[in-house]
Amino acid sequence: MAKRIDLRHVTLRYVTDTREVLAVDDVSFTVAESEFLCLLGPSGCGKTTIMNMIAGFLSPTHGDVLIGGARLDGTKHDRGVVFQDFAQLFPWRTARRNVEFGLEMRNVPKAQRKDTALEFLRLVGLADFADVYPHQLSGGMQQRVAIARAIAYSPGVLLMDEPFAALDAMTRDEMQRLVNDVWQETKKTVVYVTHNVAEAVYLGDRVVVLDAHPGRVKAEIPLDLPRPRDPLSATFVEAQRTILGHLGMQH
Amino acid sequence: MSRLSGILLGCVAFVVLALAWQAAYWAGVFPPRLFPSLATVADTLGRLTINGTMLVSAAATLFRLLFGFLLAGVVGVVVGLLMGRVQWIEDALLPIVSFMYPIPGIAYAPLFVLWFGLGDLPAILLVAVATSFTVIINTWKGVKAVNPIWIRSAHAMGASERSIFAKVILPGALPYVLTGLRLGLASAWRILVAVEMLMSVTQGLGWLIFGSQQFLNTDVMLATIAVIGIVGMLLERQVFLRLEQATIVRWGMMSA
Repeated sequence: MAKRIDLRHVTLRYVTDTREVLAVDDVSFTVAESEFLCLLGPSGCGKTTIMNMIAGFLSPTHGDVLIGGARLDGTKHDRGVVFQDFAQLFPWRTARRNVEFGLEMRNVPKAQRKDTALEFLRLVGLADFADVYPHQLSGGMQQRVAIARAIAYSPGVLLMDEPFAALDAMTRDEMQRLVNDVWQETKKTVVYVTHNVAEAVYLGDRVVVLDAHPGRVKAEIPLDLPRPRDPLSATFVEAQRTILGHLGMQH
Repeated sequence: MSRLSGILLGCVAFVVLALAWQAAYWAGVFPPRLFPSLATVADTLGRLTINGTMLVSAAATLFRLLFGFLLAGVVGVVVGLLMGRVQWIEDALLPIVSFMYPIPGIAYAPLFVLWFGLGDLPAILLVAVATSFTVIINTWKGVKAVNPIWIRSAHAMGASERSIFAKVILPGALPYVLTGLRLGLASAWRILVAVEMLMSVTQGLGWLIFGSQQFLNTDVMLATIAVIGIVGMLLERQVFLRLEQATIVRWGMMSA
């Protein structure tokens, strides 16, 4: 079910009016089946660009992106995506009908669609809000619906682009715990983009640290702390220090 | 302010207008035959309603309005959606739509009479032509205003271009589409009454006003004008307001 992701010498250039920009330069890494990989870096490191290439929204200028060993294939591409923007939910659909969308695209019968959607809303703790429209939900709840929606149709990989960056700190902590639980329950292959070191250490099996201008892989740090992780433990703090060192932000 | 006092205030405006009218009547600004009292107008309205004239006229006008507006609505929404979504269709049609849009529909009336004769057909077509450009322009803008992240999300979930069109673009553009239809209906309503005066149809609210002129039946004219206002307001409040409440207001895409 969960699929492996390979990036091989992925490079992306684009041309503006005045010059050619090298946004991503020869990035290679692999995400194993059911692995939780965090892409971490400062703004301008191309982490969202890399995620957009994995999602199939952008094509690399050079190199290959493989999901489950196969090259990307338009609409049949097997991934779920969660964006940072709360507005990603369809306002004209209730929470449940939002979660059903991917199943609808796969022609799943109506009754089964409903059951599956409710099951995933339960997974993110929103069973009681199935018939509520997105505008009636808080930002954190909307992101939970977005997560349920992105995994309800069983994609092989789940891609998340700073999903909690616009939330307040307390809600963010709660959401990180939720993502950890959901991942342990579903065992998806996850690529999680963030600029928050603590978040990467809390969630990742491995952190790929990126450098900016152009975006390059600077370091890969495996994290084998037991889950759920304790952000106040010495090993957690140590891991954060290591990563900050790679980012060149250690004092 | 409470809702009730708001409604009351709205009624006060009508009372003030009625009093001003009545004062002008008593003051004798115009001869009474040209400027009837409100009582005479109300009396005439009652009489025309009971003998069926008003009903037959309103039905004839609404029939033309409905067909003309439906034609414009269907054509306008389809063309607007295609223009918003398909680049070459936009390139091909936008200049001509921009050229046609500001032309008052009534300008075509004499031509349409020559082409299609008298009766319902030219009136319906004229309403359709005059209305469709408003619907096209607004629908097209609505497609352009669809949040790109909805399309991305749909793509990510494996939606085909057809599914995106039906399940994302259409509901996503609905606030603008409804605005276009609402403005379109208002302009259809206005042009139709004018057309009925020019085209010598045999029934209709516009005809009732125009036909009353030569007999100086100002009370009939005013009663009909009142009916036009009432029907227009009912269409606005009972059709469009309800439609909006049930969709874009409910979805939080427009505040109530």
